[in-house]
Amino acid sequence: MTGKQIIGKISLWFAVLVIVSPAILFFLWMLSLSLKFEIDNAAYPPVFFPEHIAWKNYADVLASNRFLTYFINSLVVTGSATVLALVVGVPAGYGIARMAAHKSAIVILIARITPGLSYLIPLFLMFQWLGLLGTLVPQVIIHLVVTVPIVIWIMIGYFETTPMELEEAALIDGAGRWQVFRHVALPIAKPGIAVAFILAVIFSWNNFVFGIVLAGRETRTLPVAVYNMISFDQLSWGPLAAAALIVTLPVLLLTVFAQRQIVAGLTAGAVKGG
Amino acid sequence: MRPPSYWPFVVPALVVVLAIIIFPWVFTIWMSLNEWKVGSPTTFVGFSNYLRLTSDPRFIEAIGHTLVYTVLSVVLPLVFGTFAAVVFHQKFAGRGFLRGIFIMPMMATPVAIALVWTMMFHPQLGVLNYLLSLVGIPAQLWVFHPATVIPSLVLVETWQWTPLVMLIVLGGLAAIPAEPYESAQIDGANLWQVFRFITLPLIMPFLFIAGMIRMIDAVKSFDIIFAITQGGPGSASETINIYLYSVAFTYYDLGYGSAIAVVFFLLIVLLAAVMLYARQRMVWTEIESGA
Repeated sequence: MTGKQIIGKISLWFAVLVIVSPAILFFLWMLSLSLKFEIDNAAYPPVFFPEHIAWKNYADVLASNRFLTYFINSLVVTGSATVLALVVGVPAGYGIARMAAHKSAIVILIARITPGLSYLIPLFLMFQWLGLLGTLVPQVIIHLVVTVPIVIWIMIGYFETTPMELEEAALIDGAGRWQVFRHVALPIAKPGIAVAFILAVIFSWNNFVFGIVLAGRETRTLPVAVYNMISFDQLSWGPLAAAALIVTLPVLLLTVFAQRQIVAGLTAGAVKGG
Repeated sequence: MRPPSYWPFVVPALVVVLAIIIFPWVFTIWMSLNEWKVGSPTTFVGFSNYLRLTSDPRFIEAIGHTLVYTVLSVVLPLVFGTFAAVVFHQKFAGRGFLRGIFIMPMMATPVAIALVWTMMFHPQLGVLNYLLSLVGIPAQLWVFHPATVIPSLVLVETWQWTPLVMLIVLGGLAAIPAEPYESAQIDGANLWQVFRFITLPLIMPFLFIAGMIRMIDAVKSFDIIFAITQGGPGSASETINIYLYSVAFTYYDLGYGSAIAVVFFLLIVLLAAVMLYARQRMVWTEIESGA
């Protein structure tokens, strides 16, 4: 290695360090806050590595009855909204791709541009008239605003790249179009469905705005529950940070382990609904 | 053989989209033409909700906040994201893993992130003022002062969304052929010249897409602002989206809220159109100067 190459290597690593440190330091600090007793969290200058670790912050959050309720709420809302979106969105993506009906994508585009609150005003009234407020149904329905466009968008892109020859051969052999979809197109599209699933789960799980309007005391999802902790619990940072970390941990793990799918999906243009 | 119809595949999604996207839009437009408050009878009032907007100082102030917030939240992630993309385009050990870490801020739950930032912004106990004190900068009030609240929120937004710009630009870099770089090396161009005259023009289309997506998201930004400041202190960080929330779900003035929603949507479309127009102008100047 020449001197010039060594300097190049060093400056590259310096640049990498500069770029990733805001993310690394932030999440380490979050972890540190969540593992400290109040005395350390209120100390100045700040304590980075506490002498005593407050595992109790996590135990407190996990032991509270309500946390389990909110966790189940989040699971039900995200789970249902994602499964429903896949059930209607995967065939739709297939149909749109095969019909080459590119104009229909404009609806997805409008959905992408519209602020989430705009859906809330009319749908809030609808749910009130239907007497659904106080159940999880309104949140499941409105989360479809996030998940359905993501799934359709990604599946259109995916089915456009899968080869048509096999499908045509199957049609000539006398298979019906549902059979072709079920037995030829769908198995090939599995990686695309995985991408759509992961992104729909993440953006539904993270959603906050729909919950603060539609959720009652018993129907809060985790992000709303954490937000409500801020106002009641302003000063105890440890448990708050622990709760925040628990809420976002599933998503962070998905990000690390399904990075390839997430990057593929996001760069396909389907970013963040609602 | 008649080709099969694919309509049946689309129908279920069509029903869902009609119910949760098209119908709310039509209904919002109808509501915006009415005096519509929760708990009192509704009356048709024509365009008076829209007229009321033109003389609503809070709304006009909110437009200003939104524009400042948006411009900063587009430009800063574009600059940092492009730099990050150029770095991640190089080969180095652990690149995949570090890229995973790098994109964590944009995937993490925004409310959870906002909560930790709120603690970091704390004027007495926050870690940010401690870090500033290490380099001799006096303590700041961050989100607790009207003059610094928007820049502080933009800091969070930039931290959160720079990775998205990086990913899009990285996709662009991957598509650039090697020849221009080889000839530049022969000509003895330095790193900055290579970036300025070869890389930048070639990734322009990707930067434009990233800028457009960033604009759409920054204009509608809600979670971070709401969770950290709720539009405060006073109304110093009240953007259109935050004001819309107050009108619709604090005052339950749904007719007026709907009018704000419609104007807000048109404003986003207008901003997108301006960006498209600017892009087209730029392309023409490039072609002319190249000829």
